[in-house]
Amino acid sequence: MSSTFETVAGIIAETCDIEIDTIKTESHAINDLGIDSLDFLDVAFAIDKAFGIKMPLEQWTQEVNDGKAKTEEYFVLGNLCRHIDALVAAKKA
Amino acid sequence: MRLEYFQMVDRIIVHDMDARTIRMEGLVPDASPIFEGHFPGYPILPGVLMIETIAQAGGWLVLMHLRFAAMPFLLQVEKAKMRNFVSPGQRLETSAKLIHDGSGYAVIEGSIASEGKKVCDAEIRYRVVPFPSETLRETMFDTARRIGVPEEFLAHG
Repeated sequence: MSSTFETVAGIIAETCDIEIDTIKTESHAINDLGIDSLDFLDVAFAIDKAFGIKMPLEQWTQEVNDGKAKTEEYFVLGNLCRHIDALVAAKKA
Repeated sequence: MRLEYFQMVDRIIVHDMDARTIRMEGLVPDASPIFEGHFPGYPILPGVLMIETIAQAGGWLVLMHLRFAAMPFLLQVEKAKMRNFVSPGQRLETSAKLIHDGSGYAVIEGSIASEGKKVCDAEIRYRVVPFPSETLRETMFDTARRIGVPEEFLAHG
C-alpha cells in the first residue's frame, strides 16, 4: 500500500506533468513545484477522490489570508500529507 | 433558449438531490443571429454553446445542492465531445450529475441528448464562491423561479 506521500506525489506528477523524482516531502507546491491555483484544484480533486475526503481548502486559504497560518503549513507536501492523514483518521473515527 | 443572452436551459424536468442529478430541457430557437454566422446555409448550434448548456445545467444542480449559498463559475472543461450536430428548432435534454462537492469547487458530469441521440458530453469543474454581486444573486433567484427551481431551495435567499 502506498504511503500518503507516495500517493500525493504520484497525483502531482501525473496531474501537473512534473518529474516525480523532483517531488520531495519538503517541496512547496507553489514556490518549488510551480503549481498554479488551477492545477492545484486538479490536484485537490484527485486527492479528495483518492482518500475519500474533502480537504477544507477554503478554511486553509482563510487562515493564510488572516495571517493565522503560513502557506508552508498547507503547501509543503510533508505538511499537506499530515493534514490528509488527519482528515482520513477523522473520517474513520 | 435565448442564445444571445446565454440562456441555454428553459426549465427543470426532474431533479433528485439524493442522487445529485438533474435533467433540464431547452428549445433551440428557429432563428438567431448566431446561425447567420454559424454557418451560412448550414445553421448548427456551436459546440461551445453545447458545453455552455451542460455547464448551466450542472451549475443549477450545484446551486440547488448548496441551497444558493454560493455561485459556481466555469473553471475547467474536461473530456468534452461533440457527437452530433444540433439544428435550429431541436429540443435538447441536458443531464448532469454532481460527482464531487469540494471545498470551493465542484465537479459534474453532463450530457445532452436530442431526438434519442447523445449530442454532447463533458466533465465540468466550477470554482464556487460567495455571490460577488447582489444584482447577480437576485437575477439568479429570479431565473431559478422561472426555470422551476422549487421554493424550498430558495428559502434562505
